[in-house]
Amino acid sequence: MPESFIASFSRFRRSHEFWLLIVILVLCASLSLANAQFLTMQNLFDLLTSYAFVGILALGLLVVLIAGGIDISFTATASVAQYVALAVANAYGANWISVCAMAIGIGGALGAVNAILIQKLRIPSIIVSIATLNVFYGLLIFFTAGKYIYSLPDWFATGIFWFEFEWGKDSSYGVNLQIFALAVCFLITWLVLNRTNIGRQIYAMGGNADAARRLGFHIFGLNMLVYCYMGVMAGVASLVQAQLAQSVAPTVLVGKELDVVAAVVLGGASLMGGVGTVLGTFLGLALLAVLQNGLILLGVSSYWSPLFVGFVILISVSVTAWSQRERRTKRAGP
Amino acid sequence: MATFLELSGISKRFGGVHALREVNLTLEAGEVHCIVGENGSGKSTLIKIISGVEEPERGGLIAISGKEYPKLNPVHSTQCGIQVIYQDLSLFPNLNVAENIAMAHHLGGLHRVDWRAMKTTAMAAMEKVGVELDPETKVSELSIASRQLVAICRALSADAKVIIMDEPTASLTRHEVDSLIKLVSDLKRSGICIVFVSHRLDEVLEIADRVTVLRDGAKVGTFAAETIDGRKLSHLMTGQAFDYRVQTRDVTASPVVLEVNGLCRDGDYQDVSFQLRAGEVVGLTGLLGSGRTELALSLFGMNTPDRGTVALQGRPIALNTNGDAIDLGIAYVSEDRLTLGLILNQSVAANITLTVLERLAGTFGLIRAHARRSHVARWIADLAIKVSNPENPVKTLSGGNQQRVVLAKWMATNPRVLILDSPTVGVDISAKHGIYEIIQRLAREGVAILMISDEIPEVLYHTDRVLVMHDGRLTIDVAAEKTSEDALRQAVNA
Repeated sequence: MPESFIASFSRFRRSHEFWLLIVILVLCASLSLANAQFLTMQNLFDLLTSYAFVGILALGLLVVLIAGGIDISFTATASVAQYVALAVANAYGANWISVCAMAIGIGGALGAVNAILIQKLRIPSIIVSIATLNVFYGLLIFFTAGKYIYSLPDWFATGIFWFEFEWGKDSSYGVNLQIFALAVCFLITWLVLNRTNIGRQIYAMGGNADAARRLGFHIFGLNMLVYCYMGVMAGVASLVQAQLAQSVAPTVLVGKELDVVAAVVLGGASLMGGVGTVLGTFLGLALLAVLQNGLILLGVSSYWSPLFVGFVILISVSVTAWSQRERRTKRAGP
Repeated sequence: MATFLELSGISKRFGGVHALREVNLTLEAGEVHCIVGENGSGKSTLIKIISGVEEPERGGLIAISGKEYPKLNPVHSTQCGIQVIYQDLSLFPNLNVAENIAMAHHLGGLHRVDWRAMKTTAMAAMEKVGVELDPETKVSELSIASRQLVAICRALSADAKVIIMDEPTASLTRHEVDSLIKLVSDLKRSGICIVFVSHRLDEVLEIADRVTVLRDGAKVGTFAAETIDGRKLSHLMTGQAFDYRVQTRDVTASPVVLEVNGLCRDGDYQDVSFQLRAGEVVGLTGLLGSGRTELALSLFGMNTPDRGTVALQGRPIALNTNGDAIDLGIAYVSEDRLTLGLILNQSVAANITLTVLERLAGTFGLIRAHARRSHVARWIADLAIKVSNPENPVKTLSGGNQQRVVLAKWMATNPRVLILDSPTVGVDISAKHGIYEIIQRLAREGVAILMISDEIPEVLYHTDRVLVMHDGRLTIDVAAEKTSEDALRQAVNA
């Protein structure tokens, strides 16, 4: 046991995730020295709550990237799911189960549209999802005329607050809808990818689609599953976001795609397919969150934020590429 | 020996073309059966019929262990114990060794992955093959030879009775080929039938119990390996006789074009000195890792040496980039034409003109369409490249014609020195013959040629002088007429 533990630790030490972890720890340490506000329970819960939307979408995108595809239509999918589910809830009444079922169902159905277009017409996934992003979003704007929904059902606006506990003076914390959904999505995605044969088939297909076909994998079914999963995650994320914003705005989500792509790519997923982990995605998300939050706490103008995020992506990707090249030359040497 | 699989009267048509006509074949348990034939002779179609990917025409019969079927499908043929190891190996580079070997565990409906059972399966298969790899290593981190072992382990763990290997030695070094041959005879002893498809006739003769020769979709015959030799095989495959002899041209009077003196690059090669004369073909052979490719790359400016000198026509030259080398008239045809030598998706014309774009440019640096067309037409005619339209992508050409495109690309630069790294890998016999003729013609035109090759007969029969590298040192520099295949083979494997 200890021997295999040492082996897996040394493998971890060479991984992208290890470097990310170091970067995040260094960043956290310096931020907490610079600002006492940073390393507080309050800030931690705030970060988890406000990044749950990006995080849940990132998990869906991670699965798509591993399978060797890409999807950027998820923000439009989320907008549609959120609007329809909550408009119906307002008009006809609903509860948690039915509103979740609607958002998830709509998300999954729109994902299925992507999968069918990509697989049956053999169009590259990037092109299909650029097109469907516009189609989904265009239809939503046309039918809603861009009108916001400000009044949400009371039970929805109140949300959930579980496992309440006291920390420090007069402050109590608990698991809200955002944190709960984020945790459940992480757990499910990890289980699917690492503990089921379907998850391993998704990795295999992303690594070598031809070989997967020759071994008798059901390529269409796998892709259908992957894009529907992305859609379902978009549905969940959309409710999480609407609950936090306390309103539904059809125009605010589209445009946030690149934040999600950034988190997943920072987490080490490859746009070529077959590579990426749930842990990496979590760390990528954490890095993005800590960085953006840290800049605000340091009093840096929010105009600077994209610049820093851009630099961190460049540095992080270069470090990984560099350390892999080092390893390759070491192996090739005498 | 028991007959495992029997094909009788198998034909296959694609449109109006007969890919196979009335082929009969038997595979015995515990034999190594080689299938040889030129490109387009029907080898791959035959394999696809055995593996169930293609259906034969009506009237043919396939019998497996005595049971008769009109056709097979991939799942059924796998269940019957037929495993194909394709040339690209069909592995998953992003997954680890254990998962690749035990991939069959992942098939079927949704269920939990049993990592421990997978590892046990993988370890058992690796023990059978006698290979020790860390089951947790990613396949992308393995050498080509190790990856091939993983593919063999995967076939064995699927309980294979027949393993069909399509060109398994194409990217292996001699040393690795030797261990593969040893492994194949071990598998044979355990009762597995190995079907070996290869272009390399010396390996076929070394490994086979029986050899089936295909030509133009028809079976020429099945022969016991001890009744045939290389010359007879190539005659059966092509219908033509190629008889190569050692050349006895005297080039000692020609001027020295390239002189290498005491060239060193630490870790790659040490103290290499030799000369290349105008019109001389020099063969360079050695194991992979002996430093031959590294030396060639140094002469092309892509691997700067630490010490020593290179002189071109008497003047010392500095080779720091491949741009330097091209400007000085040194051309290099790389070993891997698919990834390094050609832009496969682009047209024949675009590939041929790639090295001479500056020469074809007119006003404002724009390419003159007429000059480009005539340049392309000239080289297609000159090297007899078979292509219906020069704007067709290179990937639609056969291996031999692709290699001609690479040669045209470099010959268009009018090189004084031409370095060819394994120019005939993956090309069939008649196409090889065409490439040898081009090499000889270039030599007659005064180009100094350095030809690197793994195949000893190729080096011996198509060059004037042979160099052997071993462990980074040049151990032999001898006129081709003063040595023999055996002597060279010993020097290479010393």
